Amino acid sequence: MALLEVKDLKVRVEEREILHGLTLTVNEGEIHAIMGPNGSGKSTLSHVIAGKPGYEVTDGQILFKGEDLLEMAPEERAAKGVFLAFQYPVEIPGVTTMNFLRTALNAQRKARGESELMVPDFLKKVREVSKSLNIPQDMLKRGVNVGFSGGEKKRNEVLQMALFEPSLCILDEMDSGLDIDALRIAADGVNALHSPKRAMVVITHYQRLLNYIVPDVVHVMSKGRVVKSGGKELALELEESGYTQFEDAA
Amino acid sequence: MNVAVAKTGSGRAVSDLFASAEGRLPGSPSVIASRREAFETYERLGLPHRRIEEWKYTDLRALVGEVLPLAAAPDAAALKRAADAVKAHAIAGARKLVLVDGVFAADLSDVRALTAEAGFRTLRETLEKDAGLLTTASTDAVIALNAAMATDGVVLSIADGAQLSAPIQIIHIATAASASAFTRSQVVIGKGARATLVESFVAAGAKAYQVNDAVIVTVGDDADVAHIRLMDDAPDAVNVTSHFVTVGANVKLNFFNMTTGAAVSRLQGLITLAGEGSELSANGVNLLQKTEHGDTTLVVDHAVPNCVSREVFRAVIDDRAHSVFQGRIIVRPDAQKTDGKMMTRALLLSDEAEADNKPELEIFADDVSCGHGATSGALDDSLLFYLKARGLPEKQAQALLIQAFVGEAVEQIADDGLREHVIGIAERWLERRS
Ligand SMILES: Nc1ncnc2c1ncn2[C@@H]1O[C@H](COP(=O)(O)OP(=O)(O)OP(=O)(O)O)[C@@H](O)[C@H]1O
Ligand SMILES: [Mg+2]
Repeated sequence: MALLEVKDLKVRVEEREILHGLTLTVNEGEIHAIMGPNGSGKSTLSHVIAGKPGYEVTDGQILFKGEDLLEMAPEERAAKGVFLAFQYPVEIPGVTTMNFLRTALNAQRKARGESELMVPDFLKKVREVSKSLNIPQDMLKRGVNVGFSGGEKKRNEVLQMALFEPSLCILDEMDSGLDIDALRIAADGVNALHSPKRAMVVITHYQRLLNYIVPDVVHVMSKGRVVKSGGKELALELEESGYTQFEDAA
Repeated sequence: MNVAVAKTGSGRAVSDLFASAEGRLPGSPSVIASRREAFETYERLGLPHRRIEEWKYTDLRALVGEVLPLAAAPDAAALKRAADAVKAHAIAGARKLVLVDGVFAADLSDVRALTAEAGFRTLRETLEKDAGLLTTASTDAVIALNAAMATDGVVLSIADGAQLSAPIQIIHIATAASASAFTRSQVVIGKGARATLVESFVAAGAKAYQVNDAVIVTVGDDADVAHIRLMDDAPDAVNVTSHFVTVGANVKLNFFNMTTGAAVSRLQGLITLAGEGSELSANGVNLLQKTEHGDTTLVVDHAVPNCVSREVFRAVIDDRAHSVFQGRIIVRPDAQKTDGKMMTRALLLSDEAEADNKPELEIFADDVSCGHGATSGALDDSLLFYLKARGLPEKQAQALLIQAFVGEAVEQIADDGLREHVIGIAERWLERRS
């Protein structure tokens, strides 16, 4: 079943069109990779799916589980199972990671009509997941991402993903800034979440990540459109030849 | 201002406000005479207005207009409400000293539980002897008015070396609508003593009342003191409070003020560091909504060398509210090696919210390290979006960021229990936001 359907999406930022009619379908259980040169609109697409303000959708639609995503506030999208691991996660001084995680998880559960998670159950879950991601407990007592290294910020995004159990995970350059060991740990974390009901969209510049998180479909984005889709071998091809062959197609 | 004039026994004319209260004001005939003098000073000056530099941002004449008559003694129903308010606002384990509409209420207080190390009298009792406690060096009109009208207060004397395990909490409760309460308290903390003083201002059903409080604190050498003031008066009340604090040598003083109530409020404090080697941490939070006006004016006077002062103030301003912070650090010519820093930040939650920040350094010594910083701005949209993308609705995302902002001042409170109490008040304020 189609989890996410982006149809002929046109998006403007500050009067300038960035996405020029983008179409993408992601089914339950699938892993998709999106590759493409800097500035081709990958983060823009992920932001529009997450509901970030400042983007004007002038045409097209986005359906999530058949529902019109663009009609929903960002928090509704989160509660329904959309999760974006940000390319640049923000720092929130004064809000401890632990407090943030619990508040966010309970807000999502409340929106879905579920009961709050009991503190011991919550703590147990956080401890399990952070251990598997090699995140020290005292990091969770600090402000969200405050003083975290680039790699720690990315792992913190994966931690949230594991905790919130979304059905659509969009990972925007999760691999940037990660050393080889950290990359493997984070990728293992993502793979552990892979299930027949959950889909992943992995935005990356490097084929290396896709050795760990093996995609079913690879898309090439250029100048605000998907210009080619194929199997995982497409990523290898790109590594060889670069993006120039697609510049004209766009 | 109340302009009605009455002839009194002495033949001099004073306004109704004093004349109608005179018979009920405690004190010997000589005390009453000095009250009358203070009232004449007040009448000459009138309520402060914006052309008086210190009151530039808080024009009491425009904001308040008239001083309400003295509250009548509370009836049984009012005392019942006051008792409930005491329960609701008491700090766990604290020794409570309660003033209802400006008069000490022994039945609601824990006088018996005070140890011998904490000497206690009421202002009323001290005024039977002399007017000493009614005099201050200030020439401020609201302080003169306080000296004229103060009906009661708490006079505490903590013995040298006393280590008080329980906080002492002075609770001011208003039960009378459209009336004034004038209180004046004195706290003397002995050498080497350790004490926590909390002051709470709350309403018990009263509306549109006025509070004029003065507190005189003396901290002896080597003492370790926490002083927390929690002003949560009714949203249509007026609270004007003046603090005079004199600090000895090698003292640790941790002061915190929280403003969450009153239509118009001002805390004006003068903290004089009069002994070397002392550390002052003076902090506060103004949480304002609707059309509230909250003013924190603090002068830290470094009169001697080698003292440290740190000030962290935060204001959260919603709707059409107006927050004022005036902070002055004075470094006297002798006060070398002074280290004084002041940081204030205002968070504006609406386009019509207003913040006035006026930091001033008056430095007369050359070997000092002093500085101040002030910022004001709105909530960060990118942080709000991050929280929303994680499932927090707008109001809850805002609340989390506001708590973090306020936390920068609240975390200066050393005691865990008091800090939690203050966070609780902030949470209730956040719930009141429309
Ligand atoms: N807020 C903005 N204001 C103006 N232009 C923007 C804004 N956000 C994105 N753009 C522009 O939109 C285009 C696409 O940006 P986007 O960040 O989506 O690219 P990307 O594919 O994620 O690139 P990268 O690989 O470098 O992360 C760029 O030209 C960028 O400058
Ligand atoms: Mg990007």
